Amino acid sequence: MISYPEKFVYTKEHEWVHANGDIATVGITYHAQHELGDIVYVDLPKIGSTVEQGKSLGSVESVKAVSDIYSPVTGEVTEINEALSTSPEKLNEDPHGGAWLVKVKMTAPDEIKKLLSAGDYQNYIGAES
Amino acid sequence: MSEAAAAQLQKTSLNPVHRACNAKMVDFGGWDMPVQYSGLIDEHNTVRKAVGLFDVSHMGEIEIQGPEAAALVDYVTTNSVAKLKIGQAHYSGLLYEHGGFVDDILVHKVAPDSFFICVNASNQEKDFDHIVAHNTFDAEVIYASEKYAQIAIQGPRGLETLQKLTATQLAGIKYYWFTDGEVSGTPARIARTGYTGEDGFEIYIDPSEAARIWNELLEAGAEFGIKPAGLGARNTLRLESKMALYGHEIHASINPLEADLAWIVKFDKGDFIGREALLKQKENGLTRKLVGFEMRGRGIGRDGYEVLVDGTPAGWVTSGSPAPTLNKNIGLCYLPLEFAKTGQMIQVLIRNQPVDAEVVETPFYKRSK
Repeated sequence: MISYPEKFVYTKEHEWVHANGDIATVGITYHAQHELGDIVYVDLPKIGSTVEQGKSLGSVESVKAVSDIYSPVTGEVTEINEALSTSPEKLNEDPHGGAWLVKVKMTAPDEIKKLLSAGDYQNYIGAES
Repeated sequence: MSEAAAAQLQKTSLNPVHRACNAKMVDFGGWDMPVQYSGLIDEHNTVRKAVGLFDVSHMGEIEIQGPEAAALVDYVTTNSVAKLKIGQAHYSGLLYEHGGFVDDILVHKVAPDSFFICVNASNQEKDFDHIVAHNTFDAEVIYASEKYAQIAIQGPRGLETLQKLTATQLAGIKYYWFTDGEVSGTPARIARTGYTGEDGFEIYIDPSEAARIWNELLEAGAEFGIKPAGLGARNTLRLESKMALYGHEIHASINPLEADLAWIVKFDKGDFIGREALLKQKENGLTRKLVGFEMRGRGIGRDGYEVLVDGTPAGWVTSGSPAPTLNKNIGLCYLPLEFAKTGQMIQVLIRNQPVDAEVVETPFYKRSK
């Protein structure tokens, strides 16, 4: 059984956020990687660039298709997961853990209050799939 | 895809089998089809190394029978029907007068007055109407898609797998030949054909027997590591082998000479639909041609992406994907004739960034015999 951590919040575009103070760790969900299939490329923003909630943060590419990643938060990128550029398949293996995408210093931390809880997200994908 | 959305789609007789094993289903040209089961790359590699099982029952079948059946097939297709022996099949084109493709097809000669044509799922009604519209011959054109389920058993262990379920000596069937026999007690047309670049078979059986035969094939192939394979793997397998896909490499605005399929056009066989237009094109020379490319920069040139030569728009990608067997990013594209040569450097416009690629020899992959 796949677990969607309670400490994360989720978007309807299938990203997750784990907030620790004003730093948000962002990834894509198990459901997202499963829908994409074998992931072969991950394009991430540069450290220091700014991202905006709901706007494109980068993209993930599977054998079949390219898919945008939408930033769930607004702020400045402080870290990117370099390992994904050489091992994009980690996104299929550990999407809620080691295969996080970016860390963002949030400038509007209240934004994440609008996002979905683990339970709401699972209900949402249950209805969708 | 939701059950409700899927309810609108056409389904093969194996649909419940796919859904029961949690295949990922997609709308493929109006059909609810499995795109992957265990994972695209895993399925792809299983077909190259062992054996994979594909439900291709969505494909259409058209039967042409009667005293002038051969003459009708010869007139509506590009390849030479006179060269086909009974029990032999060939790849061919169904063209419009202007030379563009109605469809690409497999023609099987069942008897001197009986032909069996396998056509693309999304084109079956169009193909049937096209052939009927040109039937001024003493021949009957029969829409037979509902009579057949089609299962493809593909890969180096395909023969051993299928052999367990049939008394027909499969090793005696040559590549692109077929025979009518039985598979697990049900009548089956057994053809040594496929769309993967591997050895293998495609069997045509009664749809009511398809689920039983499918499961028996999975059991028979278990010792070889057989896996069901979806349309995703089917696409990467055919692309590595440079087999055309209707709607991508070929369509109504593309003729077989442009698509690098001159080998299926037999000008010397007599008149056929599209012959005049193709002859004229041959005399005047081609303006564009299908070629293969490998990405040199980071990225995947995908279907529909623009292709540049020295920064100037020159063509478009028809299919592009990572090639699991080759561990490269490959694709097919149309280019003006002057650039359609091995070693030509091109750029594929990937999300507005030109990324380097090089025209290479095709097929990208060829199995060792």
